[in-house]
Order: sequence, then C-alpha cells, then structure tokens
Amino acid sequence: MSGRQGMLVGDPAAVLARHQALIARSCERRLAEIGGPVAIVGLLIFSIWWLDISFAQILPGIGELGKFAMLMIPPSTGGHLPLFLRAMGETLAIAFLGTLSAAVVAVPLALLAAQNTTPHWAVRFVVRRLLDVIRGIDTLIWALVFVGVVGLGPFAGVLAIAVSDTGGLGKLFSEAIEATRARERETIVASGGTHWMGLRFGLLPQVLPIIAGQILYFFESNTRSATIIGIVGAGGIGLQLSEQIRTYDFDQVAFIVLMILAAVATIDFVSGKLRFAIIGRRQTPN
Amino acid sequence: MSTGLPVLPEQQLAKLLASYSRDVARRRRNSLVGLVVVAALILVAGRFAEVELGNLVHHLSGLTSYFGRIMPHLHLATLTGDVADWYWGFGGWLKLLFDTILIAYVATLTGTIGAGLLCCLAAENLASSRWLRWIIKRLFEFCRTVPDLVFALLFVSAFGLGPLAGILAIGIHTFGTLGKMFTEAVESIDMNPVEGVRSAGAGFAAAVRYAVLPQILPNLASYTLLRYEINVRASSIVGFVGAGGIGQELFVAIRKFYYTDVSAILLMIIVAVSITDVLTERVRHRLSPVEHVG
Repeated sequence: MSGRQGMLVGDPAAVLARHQALIARSCERRLAEIGGPVAIVGLLIFSIWWLDISFAQILPGIGELGKFAMLMIPPSTGGHLPLFLRAMGETLAIAFLGTLSAAVVAVPLALLAAQNTTPHWAVRFVVRRLLDVIRGIDTLIWALVFVGVVGLGPFAGVLAIAVSDTGGLGKLFSEAIEATRARERETIVASGGTHWMGLRFGLLPQVLPIIAGQILYFFESNTRSATIIGIVGAGGIGLQLSEQIRTYDFDQVAFIVLMILAAVATIDFVSGKLRFAIIGRRQTPN
Repeated sequence: MSTGLPVLPEQQLAKLLASYSRDVARRRRNSLVGLVVVAALILVAGRFAEVELGNLVHHLSGLTSYFGRIMPHLHLATLTGDVADWYWGFGGWLKLLFDTILIAYVATLTGTIGAGLLCCLAAENLASSRWLRWIIKRLFEFCRTVPDLVFALLFVSAFGLGPLAGILAIGIHTFGTLGKMFTEAVESIDMNPVEGVRSAGAGFAAAVRYAVLPQILPNLASYTLLRYEINVRASSIVGFVGAGGIGQELFVAIRKFYYTDVSAILLMIIVAVSITDVLTERVRHRLSPVEHVG
C-alpha cells in the first residue's frame, strides 16, 4: 500500500476535490441506476396485477405442459405422412409465390417512393404512407381478411404474404434506390439515353444485388410466417399443426414441429448460400 | 472513317467484338436459365398453392368492395355521431389495447432477463464448457424458430385462455431471438477489460458485471427496445388463438364480418404500433448514435 501511495500526486483530499464534478455526476447516475430498475419492476408488478395473472395458474399449467411433453415422445406421423408432406410443400409454395409477387409489385412502388426516382414529392408521400400502413398490419390479419375474400385455402395465404411483404420490400427497395449513385444515370441520359434506359442501365445494376438479397431474406422469414397462417385457414402446415394441437395428438405435433424446423433450416442454408453467391459475385469493384 | 478517331485494325476489332458478343451471349444464357428455373418453380408452386387466377379475378371485386365496406360511414354533417357510432366499443377496445401493450412489456422483460442470464454462458469467449454452449445455443435456436403462435396454441391448451399464454409464448420467442443477438454482442467485445478484472481476482460473475456488461449494455438496451416494437405487433395477434389482448376482438370482427369494427380496431392497432415505434426509436437513438439495420 505504501508503495502505491507514494505514486499518488498530492493527498487524497486534493484528488477528491479535483474530481468533484465526476463524483457528483456519478451520484446522479446512481439515482438513475436505482430508479430505472425500480420503475421497470414497478411496471411489471402493475402489469401482472392488471392482466390478472395468478401464480396459482402457473403450476398446474406447467404440469400440463410436462404431460404434453411426455406425450410428444416419440414423435410420430400418425399415418399422415403424405398429408403432412403435402402441407409442407404447400407452405413452401405459399412462401415462394407470396415473396415473388410481393417483389414484382414492390419494384414499381419503390421507384415511386424513392426520392431520386419519384415523379413528384406528393406521389412519394402518398406511396410511402401506403407502404407504412400495409406494413403496420400483420401478415396474419391479412390472411384472415383474404380468407374472407377468396375463401379458405393456400391461395389466401399467398395473397396475404404478397400484400404484407409489398410494404416491407417496397420500403427496403426504395431505400436501396435512394442509396445509389446518380452519376451512372446522368451519364446515360447525357449520352442520349432515355429516362427508362437510365433506370435500366444506370440504376438497376446498382440495386439488383441488394434487391435479390432482400428477396431471399424475406423468403426465409416467410417460410416461418407461412407455417402459421394455416392456423386461420390460409393453407399450409399450420392448419395440420393447429388441428393436432386441438385434438391433443402431441406426438404428431412434435413431428410437425420437427418438420418445420428441418424445412426452415434447409431454406436458411440454401438461401444463405445463394445470397452470398449473388452478393459476392456482383459486389466486386469494377 | 474520316472522324480522325483512332480505329483499331480490323482483325483486332473483330476479335474484341467476338469476345464481347460471347460475353453478352453467356450472360443472356445465364439469365435465361435463371428465368426458366424461376418459371418452373412458379408453376410447381402454383399447383401446390392452388393458385387460380380466375378465382382471384372473380373475387377481385369482392376484395375492393371489402375495403369499401370496412370503411366507416362518415358524413360531415353528423361527424361526431358517426365517429361515436364507428367507435361504439371504444372503452373496451382501449382496455384490450392496453392489455396488449402490457403483454408485450411483460413478455419482452421476461425474455430479456432469460436471454441476459444465459448469453454469457453461450458466448465463445467467456464460457469454458463447450457442451453447455452448444446446448444453450440450440435452445435459443429452438425458441426462435418455432413460431410464437404455435407456442401460444400450446400454452392456451395448458394454461387456459388469457394473457398468460400470450406472455409466455412471446416471451419464449423473445428469449430465443435476443439470446442469439446478446450472445453475438458478447462475442464481439474487447477482451482486455475482462482479462484485467480477472487478473485482479474477480470470478465469473464479477467479470461479467464489471468488464462485459458496460461494453454491451447500450447494444442490449437497443436490441431489447427493437424487440419490444416487434412484440407489440405480435401481442396484437396472439389473441387470434385466445391468448389475450385485442387480437381476439379483431378475430371475431373479421370472422363475423362486422365491417366497420374491423377498420376501427385496425386503426387503433396501427396508431398504437406507430406510437410505440416512434417512442422506442427516439430512446434507441439516444442510447447509441450508431444507426442499426432493420
């Protein structure tokens, strides 16, 4: 200790005085450090009271869950393997078609919504708000709406994913377009190209890798969403899953969940490879 | 050629042109193959998904009229009365919306606490046990890959109808996603402070508290807030399967074709979600000046 004290410049009181400001601020911060958690826990207690959650409910529920888990082992197809496989194929088809149609619709909307390609700022404003509203409504709500419009079945699911993804993809595409360099398009227009040629040869090559990556990414996440829209009757594996849960056939539930996990992992792997291939190939500086 | 531009000898030009057209032809061929593959996939997928464009065209008028019908009947002359008519169930809906937001809050909090406790045991640079790391990472993966609505269905069967099932379902999903993100945040820290604290005699918990946590706290808070935004959306739909919140009401309204109720509830959800987004975004920007993707 004495050795270290020798290294101190001046006496402790002087050091304390010199760093008064630092210490005072830390007092304030300490108050925030205590007040923050207290507020968080307070809100938690209030929520539990407001939502009327009793802990008496939890223990028997966990017992039930344990029973479910026991019933899940071993997973079994229950003789419905062809049905499940077909439903899984349906799910993948819904995700694929939904994403693709969303991308097709989103490109022109993105051109209208991007600052550097929009014909008029008012158009941009309207399209952006429209995309926001579409994005604000969950895929499952769209699915429910489309089940009401075109009837039960996977087609409603395709439409639901197509519409709700148009919002997300449109926003991302327009941001990608806004991030492009203007020089390429200017060059093409200056050398006699039309406006459309400028878009095709000046803009498209810049945004294509980004757009392709985002489409693949959405496809991955849509495989997940497409597994659940069946719960409201919009086709795919979700229908089977909710049926089996309702009839307490938990061995089949386990099998379907494993199937979903395997399918999602496969899609993730493939599309990750594809995405890397597209971005890796095109993004080399030229 | 009287332009005075330097012109390459005919032979060399031909060679270059041939190589250029070969290049273009190859790219065209690649694009064509890609298009054919995509078209084939569309056909296969179309068969699987029972896409009938005729069906769509047939129902297109139904779709547009649907959106026409869910619009409220508002007239300028009787505006207040019309709005009151439109929002006849405002008090009850507002309570359910509040429920929804609280469900998201409790779920986010529980998921975050779980993820925060386990992330340091899953991070490669801190945890020593390979087996433990592997198990926790698979657990995170499982929790985030199984859709929250599936959990909600299961929990409604186990715990009964009500917000508890929704909280647990969203909480588990949050646990999985945040666990992964937190682990990645921990894995990217600067290890010098950890070594410093450890060499001064600190144990695992103390090292996490004084060397790891200060480095990742802004990131953690930002991820959590982002997750909260997502969870507000999720908790507005877990009611579809009876797991609490405003979703139940919306489900009934859509299923039973109470048209104006649909638009009224949807508008309330959209407003609530946008307000949450704006507020949390503001806090996130204050927490970290770095712009986050997504």
